[in-house]
Amino acid sequence: MIIYGTAILAACYVIGIFLGDLLGVAIGAKANVGGVGIAMILLIVAKIYLEKYKMMPKATEGGINFWGAMYIPVVVAMAAQQNVVVALRGGWVAVISAAVAFALCACCIAVLSRTGNRGTPLPPIDTEIAIAIAR
Amino acid sequence: MEMFTKVLAQNGLVTAFAVVGIITWFSAQMSRRLTMGRIQGSAIAILIGLGLAYYGGVVTGKEKGLADLSLFSGIGLMGGAMFRDFTIVATAFEVQASEARRAGLIGVLALFIGTVVPFIVGATVAWSFGYRDPIAMTTIGAGAVTYIVGPVTGAAIGASSDLMALSIATGVIKAIMVMVVTPYIARFLGLNNPRSAMIFGGLAGTVSGVSAALAATDRRLVPYGALVATFHTGLGCLMGPSVLFLATKYLFS
Repeated sequence: MIIYGTAILAACYVIGIFLGDLLGVAIGAKANVGGVGIAMILLIVAKIYLEKYKMMPKATEGGINFWGAMYIPVVVAMAAQQNVVVALRGGWVAVISAAVAFALCACCIAVLSRTGNRGTPLPPIDTEIAIAIAR
Repeated sequence: MEMFTKVLAQNGLVTAFAVVGIITWFSAQMSRRLTMGRIQGSAIAILIGLGLAYYGGVVTGKEKGLADLSLFSGIGLMGGAMFRDFTIVATAFEVQASEARRAGLIGVLALFIGTVVPFIVGATVAWSFGYRDPIAMTTIGAGAVTYIVGPVTGAAIGASSDLMALSIATGVIKAIMVMVVTPYIARFLGLNNPRSAMIFGGLAGTVSGVSAALAATDRRLVPYGALVATFHTGLGCLMGPSVLFLATKYLFS
């Protein structure tokens, strides 16, 4: 049943956000600390466990994969409600701080991703259809 | 016609699904016809989203872009924190646990650099523009970390509301730059594997910026980046009003 998958996902989400809030209070951060990350780890663990005991039929997976695929549309909706006007009105302090901060971070990313044991590149893809088939 | 717009306004979330679907289709066509697939459809869709947000902001004079037009209020729900985080968590279903574990430590390192470097840059730029007060420098510096760390830090150390607006603006501009620029510099960043996606998540900050940027680069990288980026705001909110503020105060007063 599709709803089982969505329910597992929802349970991981709620528990993760709750633990993130608790962690935030515990260390006095006044914000949710890693709630989404904790929820993601819970889902990964749940997946490994359920697959091991053959309790993850295709339909259940579908209840999770649907929401994963809705991610990009949600990001488009998120972009459509950013406060772009204020961002542009912030003036040069905001623009320069943001640009220099991102430029420096980009250099750090370039350096870090080329040091140590480099990750193996994912196989190339052309279209979303290729991903769908790969699934 | 009036009846139809009423239906759209009353069924906000469903309308939003249709609107985003149309934007996505349009972007995919543009990607294929105008750029021969060189610019990803999702990157164009995000740009269109930002453009519509600007339009909404100008028309209504409010804060939430297109979502402030009652016809498109569902965009606010669909693109709000709940759906965003729920769908991000769902992407974790495709994560290879072994890949994620291998990059764990470097992700933590990236998080710390990604908090301290933008803070120093923001505070320095603020200083050179004449904001010599440690509270102002800290608030703007924190905004350069993420647009949530800025106001949270500002509120904690007692900054004025125009400083908070400035720090939010800094963070939003950074997030937008991350979204827009990343796909073009993906090769320079080495952004083609789970490990570098996690480094990117720690350094570029904000779940929204990181995940939109990765979505536009290669959507399979989204969960890895988001897994790390989700700790970014928390770490910033922790360090901003404490260590970073005290350090700034010590150095500049």
